[in-house]
Formats: sequence, C-alpha cells, structure tokens
Amino acid sequence: MANYSTNEFKSGLKVLLDGDPCSILENEFVKPGKGQAFNRVKMRNLKTGRVWDRTFKSGEKLEGADVMDHTMEYLYTDGEFWHFMDPDNFEQSQADETAVGDCVKWLKEQEKYEVTLYNGAPIIITPPNFIELEVAQTDPGLKGDTAQGGTKPATLITGATVMVPLFIVIGEILRIDTRTGDYVSRAKG
Amino acid sequence: MSTSHTSDYHAALQHRAQLYQRIRDFFLQRDVLEVDTPLLGVATVTDAYIESLPAGEGKWLQTSPEYFMKRLLASGSGDIYQICKAFRKEEIGSRHNEEFTLLEWYRLDFDLWDLMDEMADLIEYLLGVHHFEHKSYTAVFEECLGFNPFTITLSQLIFEAKEQIDIEMPDGSRDDWLNLLMSHVIEPQLGQDAPVFIYDYPPSQASLAKLGLDESGLEVASRFELYYQGLELANGYHELTDVAQQKQRFHQDNLQRVKMGLAPMPIDYAFLQALEVGLPDCAGVALGLDRLLMLRLGKDNIEQVLSFR
Repeated sequence: MANYSTNEFKSGLKVLLDGDPCSILENEFVKPGKGQAFNRVKMRNLKTGRVWDRTFKSGEKLEGADVMDHTMEYLYTDGEFWHFMDPDNFEQSQADETAVGDCVKWLKEQEKYEVTLYNGAPIIITPPNFIELEVAQTDPGLKGDTAQGGTKPATLITGATVMVPLFIVIGEILRIDTRTGDYVSRAKG
Repeated sequence: MSTSHTSDYHAALQHRAQLYQRIRDFFLQRDVLEVDTPLLGVATVTDAYIESLPAGEGKWLQTSPEYFMKRLLASGSGDIYQICKAFRKEEIGSRHNEEFTLLEWYRLDFDLWDLMDEMADLIEYLLGVHHFEHKSYTAVFEECLGFNPFTITLSQLIFEAKEQIDIEMPDGSRDDWLNLLMSHVIEPQLGQDAPVFIYDYPPSQASLAKLGLDESGLEVASRFELYYQGLELANGYHELTDVAQQKQRFHQDNLQRVKMGLAPMPIDYAFLQALEVGLPDCAGVALGLDRLLMLRLGKDNIEQVLSFR
C-alpha cells in the first residue's frame, strides 16, 4: 500500500497505526509560534471502534490500510461465525463476534449489510439505517392507554428489544432506526 | 454563493479595508514610516520548522519581511512598518493558509516591554479591548501544567506530555515537547478573558531574539507572543544585532535541517552584511492580520476572512 503524509490525511482515509487499521475522521494542523508543527488527528480504530485524538509531527507518514466496504447479504450463523455473501459474485465471507458486534441484534437473513473488509476479512458489519423486523413478543396493550401515547417494550425476531406504541401486537412488521434503536412506524404494505 | 454567504464575504472585505486604514492611521500618528519590501528574494529563512515556497530558479517567496526590513533599518530608515503577504509551504488549516497577511513593525531604542505596550495600544485601537495580561513563559507552564519548563528533566517532561497527548516522538527534543504542550494544552486556554502577552522564552527558542536575563537572573530569550481567545496573534523580539551570533544561528539551523533530512537553505549574506554595518538597537513584531480579522468578525476558520482560498 502507498504511504500517506499528514497533509494527505483526509476524512475517510484508511491507514495502519500500530498494526491496526484506522479511519481518519478529522485532521487539524497545529503550530506553535515557532518550532515543530503538529497534526492533531481524530481517528477511529476499525478493529475496536475506539475514537480518539492522536498527534503526529507534521510530515510524518503512515502506511495505507487495505480496507474496503462491500454491500453483502446476510446468510446464516453457525454459532461461531456469521456468514455473508457478495450478491454480485456469490463469494462468501465469515465474520467473527468482534466484527459483528452490536449489529448482531439487527441481523436478518437476506437483508443487505455494509461489510468492511480488512485484508479481505470482515472487521465491521454495519446495518442499514432503517430495517423492517417482525415482533416476536410483546405484552398486549391495555385498552384506553392509546390516547396517552404510552410505550411498552417489544422483542423482535432478531432478539433486539425496542420501545413501541401500546397498539403494536405480536407478528406485526415494524420499521426501526438502527442508529438509535428507535421504533419509526409500522412497515407499509 | 447564497445571499448570506455573499453578505458575510463582503463584510469581511470591508472590515479588512477598514482594518488596514486604521493601522495606517495608528502608525501615521506615531511617525512610523510605511515601507514596501520584495516578496521574492534570492535567500530565505533557514529555520528548520518553516518551509519556503520556491519561485523559479534560486528564488524564494518570503516567509516574513524581516530580513529586508532589517536591511532598511541598518541603512538608516528609522522606525518602519509594513502590511504584506508572507508565504509558508504546507501550513494549511483552520488557522493557517500558505499565503497570509502580516503587519510587521520595528521601533528603534524600544525594548520588549516598550513594544508590548505599543502592541497593546494598537490592539486597543483596533479591537476596543482595554485590559491586557502579561505572563512569563515559566508562569504560564506552572499555572496550566504545574511544572517549571526550564528546570523539569526531559524524561519528566515527556511523561507529563504523554499523560495528556497521544503521540510517539522518539527523536523529540526538549523544545519539541514544550511546543507540543504549548500548542495542544496551554494555547487553547490562553487569553479567554483578555489578550495575554507571554514573554521570556527558553534561549533555545530565541530565533532572531536577543538573549537576556529575567528577574531571577535566568538566561531567557527576549521574545514575546500575544494570544487572544486561544489564537496566537503576534511574535515579537528585542532584535538580535550581533552578527557573529546571527551567523552561528543560521549555521545551527542548517545543521538541524540536514539532521532532519531537509535541504540546507541559502544563507542571506546581504542581511548578514547589514548586521555587520550595524543594525540599530530595536524591537520588532509581526502580527497576523487574517487572525485579527477572525477575532473581530467572530469567525473560527481563516478561510472565512480570505477573499479566495
């Protein structure tokens, strides 16, 4: 991979730092009145998800990381790995627990996910912003409560628990915002 | 461009014009002569941390008008000032632009304190602030970080810096670590209520300033910086007039450049010759006018006060 100097650290660039792939989020040039200039860089470690500020001497170089985002379809889990398929060439990749992370509660078969591959292996699975999931379990809403606009917990087929309006019943399909975990609406159609 | 952008843009142009006018009034009243020196020179700065932009074969865009202005002073110009462009390669960010505008002025028989007073008068005239603070480099480190920057050991200094900042700098010098803490931890806190002058820098950070003794007899560089609302605005010196010392600093700069893998820079012999003829005792300062405009207009990015970037 190519090397990148601090003045090429643009938002979205993927680099290797201490052996881990990292994504550049922000880059600020900092210079005291006289003397060494620095770049204060906000980065995300793509393996751990940690976001932090790291400072480099201006002109320092980092190796680029072989990181690519692919849209892939979720197939199934064997308990240890979660299997995804590239719908264009039918190639399969398996993601481990670390890569799947919190996304596990939004995994639905045949749904498409953003799979971040590092050296060809998945390191992050990102769900679509909105996903439609069926209610597996929720208590019946009490009559008369609908006017108050109250909420109750509902467990979805993927295992996620979300707060829903009282009128929602088991078997309904709901539209959920995966970034916040909030109920949006009943699915249309 | 949207309407609000256009009006912001025009406001910045008008404020800049007004600012220059007021600066000229200020120096006219004080009998300081406006001068104009070349932006293109056959020599440039040797500083290991300032890169010049080359402009054709053996020519450089000036990173500051300092050498040319000192040549005028040595020729007997008397007190002088200049509003001009300066160029520094790859200094680009929310507070930096490769091409920027400086106000630089020199006063004969002024010491550092006289010049800080005059700077305060100018800032009062331009920004309408009346209260200023003065803190030594030592005091500001003790206040913000709890240690004396002159006496702390290098290993303790590195430890203190790494407590606050994630960085690897195995070849970092004492000044690199001090500059790191200054720019990352101290600077953002400086001058939040009133503009603050920081003075008496370590001799190793003298650049073109004279060395002197502080109240406790410690050797310091007769240099100040002005900060306001976390922005570094100005850098002033009681100017070094000793030609032998100046030559030595140029050579040290070039040695450091070579050590850092940078090309040595051509030495400005015309400037050294002027020092030999005799630079009168004087103090001089450069003030960043783009940053001053940022403060005046409440902008947090330099591009908001430039006509084009």
